[in-house]
Amino acid sequence: MAAAASKPRRKNDPLWLQILMIGVSLAFVGVLLVLPLAVVFAEALSGGVSACFAALSKPAAWQAIKLTLLAAGISVPLNLVFGVVASWAIAKFEFRGKSVLISLIDLPFAVSPVISGLIYVLLFGLQGLLGKTLAAWNIEIIFAVPGVVLATLFVTFPFVARELIPLMQEQGDEEEQAAIALGASGWQTFWRITLPNIKWGLLYGVILCNARAMGEFGAVSVVAGHRGRTNTIPLYVELLYNEYNAPAAFTMASLLALLGLITLAAKTWLEWKIHPHTLTDGGPVATPLPPPANFEPTAAEVYSP
Amino acid sequence: MSIEVNHVTKSFGIYKALDDVSLKVEDGELMALLGPSGSGKTTLLRIIAGLEIPDENAQTAILFHGEDAARRQVAERQVGFVFQHYALFKHLSVFENIAFGLRVRPRSTRPTNGQIRDKVHELLKLIQLENMGRRYPSQLSGGQRQRVALARALAIEPKVLLLDEPFGALDAKVRQGLRNWLRRLHDELHMTTILVTHDQEEALEVADRVVVMNQSRIEQVGTPADVFHHPASEFVMDFLGQVNVFHGRIEEGQAVLSGLAPASAAAGPQRGHLYVRPHELDIQRYLNGTPAIPALVARINRAGALAKVALTTQDGGDIQVDLPLERLEQLGLQPGETVFVSAKKARVFTPDYVI
Repeated sequence: MAAAASKPRRKNDPLWLQILMIGVSLAFVGVLLVLPLAVVFAEALSGGVSACFAALSKPAAWQAIKLTLLAAGISVPLNLVFGVVASWAIAKFEFRGKSVLISLIDLPFAVSPVISGLIYVLLFGLQGLLGKTLAAWNIEIIFAVPGVVLATLFVTFPFVARELIPLMQEQGDEEEQAAIALGASGWQTFWRITLPNIKWGLLYGVILCNARAMGEFGAVSVVAGHRGRTNTIPLYVELLYNEYNAPAAFTMASLLALLGLITLAAKTWLEWKIHPHTLTDGGPVATPLPPPANFEPTAAEVYSP
Repeated sequence: MSIEVNHVTKSFGIYKALDDVSLKVEDGELMALLGPSGSGKTTLLRIIAGLEIPDENAQTAILFHGEDAARRQVAERQVGFVFQHYALFKHLSVFENIAFGLRVRPRSTRPTNGQIRDKVHELLKLIQLENMGRRYPSQLSGGQRQRVALARALAIEPKVLLLDEPFGALDAKVRQGLRNWLRRLHDELHMTTILVTHDQEEALEVADRVVVMNQSRIEQVGTPADVFHHPASEFVMDFLGQVNVFHGRIEEGQAVLSGLAPASAAAGPQRGHLYVRPHELDIQRYLNGTPAIPALVARINRAGALAKVALTTQDGGDIQVDLPLERLEQLGLQPGETVFVSAKKARVFTPDYVI
């Protein structure tokens, strides 16, 4: 890329330092990330491809894949809607408690996933606050599918909103105001102006949200208990491993890792897509100069007798 | 369409952006709202557009063509609004930007695709960007973007055109060109237009009438010649161009100011300021009976229609004098010489008794 080519090489740093720092980074990534990932795939394939298929075609494996897709399929769209609404509210309106709302959105990032699982157990479990009421209505949440979905929803809650809030704050609302002034309704303004402006950021948030939804272990493990029908892929991997069924465990793990790699590829593609876009949009020629912040009237010459 | 604004006040928290402002814009007039930043001019424009709502007050009224428009939504006011930073839709082509206002109309009043195409082409021609319809805003220069923003506002056939610092972000040369173009456009379309600017030159050059605003209030309304030659207040005098200020007293209707000519002083025994524009001062080599003050020539700048001479008085004050180039030649001035400065004309504003 032109930007990289024109970047001057730092002459002050000696060559050995550059080599050392790049080498350390590569070694870290290699030992801690690439090697284990390779091992996962190698172990999965150690019993041959047919063993992989055998492991995948077990009903329990299917159960886990379906539940993972279900949890992601529910939590991602819900978080998408919530993320757009919340970031719209935060970026475009002024209201009391805004900073509190921003902090609360970050809460799932701040607390350990195990705690978020426990919160739901304390709330909806049989001994929990709402346990008696739910039992009377014969509604099962904890140790059942709704619990898994709720826990996934909780931990993936911040992803879309976190991605959109800075984006929408930066864009401001001038284009929306222009659309309104031209006679567009609020709905038209959203679909025709706001959404196209945030679509890449939104997609990015959705991809990250989805990756977490499929990979979440801690929170889901607390609410899922250890029954067969509430296993997601990560839980199933642990189960298989604990049963010393290493080939099957690694097969499921490879599936999860593959999903992760696809997500990573999609994320990289998006970043590449967003980056040149913002470059042409906000380049030095294109950016309008801000008006002078303070107008200085022409200097008045003062003469005091 | 005429616009009338009566007793409008607007507060943002404890800050008062507009303080009981009233204004009438005649049908077909090009009015400039001029003032420093924070004077309330943009707020007034946005209230007229319906983008801001004035504070609740029984006396407050906004009349479009004599009819109350205060309760009307932005879209119903039929105003074309041009934003300071253009606010073009980045993801839409120039063509689609201009067509936007027509495409979002309800089905019953929406023009056909063919009509929209014709209308947009007509506007592209008007803004002299006929072959740029397929481009995106990021591919245009600042001046071109501003013209697209204007065409987009005109596409909905507004009754009023409102421009918020339309040329503020452009360089001087482009500004000048667009300014002339806007004036010609206005003469063609005769649309009531309100232009917000902090550039006094722009306001004086382009507008039929100028509203000078300061600290949330209107200081003066008048033709460009009016406000320039007959400023109603010290602020207007100071804001509309360079000015020399001399402190002094007024005795028996005469300004007593260290030898300078008494102005057409308004009656009043108070202390006052004497305001003289640089071109209203003259320089003499010798005292010849007219009251004058001695000063030292500090710098001479010949670049321009008038030569700018900067002088320093004996007690360190600065004086700015604009002389015709011929007069400068005639005097043969050199930096470092001591000369005498006299006033051809001066104004006095006695301060109000406000403490």
